[in-house]
Amino acid sequence: MKATLGRRNVVKELLKERMNLLVVAGLGSTSWDVTAAGDADLSFPTWGAMGQAAMLGLGLALAQPKRRVLVVTGDGEMLMGLGSLATIGVQQPKNLTVVVIDNERYGETGMQATHTASGVDLAAVAKACGIRSSQLVSSLKKISPLRKIIHATPGPHFVQIKVKAEKVPLVLPPKDGVLLKARFRRALLGGSADVLPQEA
Amino acid sequence: MPRSEKTWADEVHRELAAAGVRVVGYVPDAGHKRLIELCHADRRMRAVVLSTEEEGIGLAAGAWLGGEKSVLLMQSSGVGNIINVLGMVKACRFPLVVIVTMRGEQGEFNPWQVPMGEATARVLETMGVAVRQAGEADTIAAHVHAALRLAYDAQSAQAVLIAQRVIGIKSFQEQRSQ
Repeated sequence: MKATLGRRNVVKELLKERMNLLVVAGLGSTSWDVTAAGDADLSFPTWGAMGQAAMLGLGLALAQPKRRVLVVTGDGEMLMGLGSLATIGVQQPKNLTVVVIDNERYGETGMQATHTASGVDLAAVAKACGIRSSQLVSSLKKISPLRKIIHATPGPHFVQIKVKAEKVPLVLPPKDGVLLKARFRRALLGGSADVLPQEA
Repeated sequence: MPRSEKTWADEVHRELAAAGVRVVGYVPDAGHKRLIELCHADRRMRAVVLSTEEEGIGLAAGAWLGGEKSVLLMQSSGVGNIINVLGMVKACRFPLVVIVTMRGEQGEFNPWQVPMGEATARVLETMGVAVRQAGEADTIAAHVHAALRLAYDAQSAQAVLIAQRVIGIKSFQEQRSQ
């Protein structure tokens, strides 16, 4: 089945009315997608550490159990950290959703095929790892209902969304990791996050 | 269990609790056995078993984004698995505390452990993680205390390496009898 969804529209739809949602974006195209939907202090787009997006999301979800956490990453990035699905399956964080924008390509390196192009089924892997709410989505009408899952339904959730293998314009977030970290913590924790702990 | 492990693991656990550590990521290791059990039993902490040490770096960074302190427990071989992702720790200046039980040192019975064991300190330092060598059981907790302060009060990345002679595993038989 040929994918028809455009990645930018999908991510924009997922992040609509995002309110207090905490967002981690995986290295490469999904960081640009999240930025194209509107750069925000409560987004942490990664410029490296390929394979760690889902684990960043888990750490955040455990630290902030009352907030909802969304990881938006690509198929290549997810494949590099496949073991993290098993780790998430063990921890069962109720407030975490991992969305994989699956174009079956390594978009930043020349559009080479990823394992998913040969049929590796990430949604089935997630389910086998104990993430019971796991689904494959390929039609537009199923995108906006995902917002309810992301914001309200107890998780963990995994969603693999098949999108077209297209090149879209680069929309880049800030590159400075210290800035990305500090603005996220300030927005989430308040100005006190800027101050290092005082002497005990 | 050697008497010394009971002592140092309990002391280290008290340091973690006193510093307000809430997330403990680990890949199981015989030398960390008691400390892992203590962290699991502590309701103030969430002990997270990882499928590879690399996941611990994402876990620790995510926890800090959410305002919580963490530590990672691993064996020296695991340090080889975290090299690239330490780039994120450096680029974002994330605080980090890694407690490493050493292999490939005095008394090692497995030659495959030696190359990574010999490279562990240099690999960490090369990637910007300060190394503290705990050569005696009674110095480990003090090193962990200092590492926690430097990481969370001064925004740095710290590793405490626990010498193999402290852990004292010299054969498969000893390891199995633990």
